[in-house]
Amino acid sequence: MPEISRDEVAHLARLARLDLTEDELEHYAEQLGVILGAVQRVSEVAASDVEPMSHPVAISNVFRTDQRVPGLSAEQALAAAPAVEQDRFRVPRILDEE
Amino acid sequence: MHDKTALDLAAGIAAGDFSAREVTTAFLDRIAATDGELNAFLLVDTAGALAAADSVDADRAEGRPLGPLAGVPVAIKDVLATEGLATTCGSRILEGWVPPYDATVTRNLREAGAVIIGKTNMDEFAMGSSTENSAFGPTRNPWDTGLIPGGSSGGSAVAVAARQAPLSLGSDTGGSIRQPAAMCGVVGVKPTYGGVSRYGLVAMASSLDQVGPFATTVADAALLHSVIAGHDPHDSTSLDAPVPPVLQAAQNADIRGMRIGVVKQLAGEGFQAEVRAHFDRSLELLAGAGAEIVEVDCPHFEHALAAYYLIMPSECSSNLAKFDAMRYGLRVGDDGNNSVEQVMGLTREAGFGPEVKRRIMLGTYALSSGYYDAFYGQAQKVRTLIARDFAEAFAEADVLATPTAPTTAFPIGEKVDDPLSMYLQDIATIPANLAGVPGMSLPVGLDEKGLPVGLQFMAPALADDRLYTAGAALEALTGWEARP
Repeated sequence: MPEISRDEVAHLARLARLDLTEDELEHYAEQLGVILGAVQRVSEVAASDVEPMSHPVAISNVFRTDQRVPGLSAEQALAAAPAVEQDRFRVPRILDEE
Repeated sequence: MHDKTALDLAAGIAAGDFSAREVTTAFLDRIAATDGELNAFLLVDTAGALAAADSVDADRAEGRPLGPLAGVPVAIKDVLATEGLATTCGSRILEGWVPPYDATVTRNLREAGAVIIGKTNMDEFAMGSSTENSAFGPTRNPWDTGLIPGGSSGGSAVAVAARQAPLSLGSDTGGSIRQPAAMCGVVGVKPTYGGVSRYGLVAMASSLDQVGPFATTVADAALLHSVIAGHDPHDSTSLDAPVPPVLQAAQNADIRGMRIGVVKQLAGEGFQAEVRAHFDRSLELLAGAGAEIVEVDCPHFEHALAAYYLIMPSECSSNLAKFDAMRYGLRVGDDGNNSVEQVMGLTREAGFGPEVKRRIMLGTYALSSGYYDAFYGQAQKVRTLIARDFAEAFAEADVLATPTAPTTAFPIGEKVDDPLSMYLQDIATIPANLAGVPGMSLPVGLDEKGLPVGLQFMAPALADDRLYTAGAALEALTGWEARP
C-alpha cells in the first residue's frame, strides 16, 4: 500500500486550495493511502502498447459559424457575484503589499 | 392521479379527461404529504409549476398544439441549471445560486410542455452512491425510510418511486442513475455518451457524465429520453447523429432471436444471493421468450473500478477548480487582509463536504508530476482495454445483462465513512461510463426484506433502442407491479 504522509496531504491541499484542518490532514492521509492502495491495481495490467483513451467520443475541433449571438448582460453576470464594485467582480487582493 | 403513468397523464390531458392543473395539484399534494419524511426535494416550485400547468390548459382550450409532455410534472436533479430556480448541486458552496440560464435538457422539457415541479436532492456534486453526501440532509428510501435510496441521483429516484412525480431527470457518471433506480424499484437509463446534451449540467467528470431519465415504466422512460436526446451545438461532445428510436423500441418488446450476453466477470462473486437469484430467473424468462443467452468474457472489467477511481477524481479536481469564490457562490474570509488564494482556500474548505474534498485530493495526486503516468496515464490505457472488451462482447451479443448493483438498499450511515466499500456499489455500472455505451436498470423482483432488485442491460453506443426492447420485454415477463 502506498504510504502517503501528512505533509504530502498538506501539499496536495495547498495545490487544490483547500484549507484543511489538522484533523482532516490526518484523516485524509490514512484514507488516501487505502484508496490509492486499491486503485494501484491498474498498474498490474499489461498495457504498454495500448493507446490511452481520454474520451469515449473521438473529438477533433468543433467549429460553429462566426455569428453574433446575445450573451448575458453585465447585470445578469454579476447577479450572483459575492461582491461587486463599479459593475465588476470585486476580488480580494492579488498582489502582496510590498 | 399520482398512480398514472406519464403516457396516460399526457394522453388524459390532451383528451380533456382532466386538466394539467389537476394533475400538477395532485403531485404537489403528494409531495407535501410525503417529502417531510423522504427529503427527495431541495426545492418545490409550486407557483412555477401551477403557472406552467395553466399555460398548458390555456393552449388546449385555444386549440394550440400540445408537446409530448404537455402538463406532465417532471422533477429535475439539482445538478442541472434551471433559469430563475436555485441550483445547489447539494453543496453549501452553491447555496442560493440562481442560474441565469437553462440547461439544454431543461429547455427541452419546457418546449415539450412539461411542468417542472422541483429540484431533487443528490450527493454533493453527484459524488456518492447513497445521497448521504448532500449538504442538505440524506434522502430516505420509500421502501424503508431507514435505508439509503442509492445515489447520487437519490432524490430523483425517490421522487418517481414514491409517486411524487411521474418522471425525473438524473445524471450518471459511474452508475448514479442506474444504481438508485435499482435501490428504489424504478427504471433508470444512462444514454449513450453524447446522446443527451451536457450543456448546463454542472460537470463532475466530463468524459463520463450523462443525463438520463427515471420513470416507473420502460415506456415512460423512453418518452422522457426522446424529449431530451439529440444534437446540441452548445455541447461540443454532443453527437450529431439521429436519436435512436427508443419510443418505438419500448412498444415493440419482441426479443425473439435477440442475443443477450451475460458478462462472466459480473455474474457471480460479490453479489448478494437474492440479487443473483433474481438475475438468473430473469435470464430464464428472457430465454423462454425466445432470446438467446450467451456468455461473454470481459477480462478487463475487473480493473474498471480502479481505473474509474483514478480517471473520475482527476476530472473532478480539474472541473471543481472553477469554484474559486470569485464570480458566484460562497465567499469566506474576504476581510480585506486575506489574499485571493487564502480566500479560495477558506471558501473551498467551508463550502465542500468530505467526499468532494477526498476526490479533489485524490485527483490532484493522480495528476501530479511523478505520479501522472503510473496513475492517470495507466488508467486511460485500461479504459481503452475496457472499451475493446465491449467491442468484442457486442460482436457476440446484441445487449449485455448484469445485476445493476451488488446489494439491495442498505442502512443510512452504514458505509458513509468507508469509501472503498461505498465505491463497490458501482462495480457493474462503471464499465458503461468508461466506454460511453448506454445502460438501463429496471426492477425485476424483491429480496426477502421486500426491497427491490435491479437488472442492468447495456447496448452498443447509439443503440439505446435495444435497451428499451429488452427492457420492455423483461418488464412484461416479470409482471413487475410492486411499489413502496
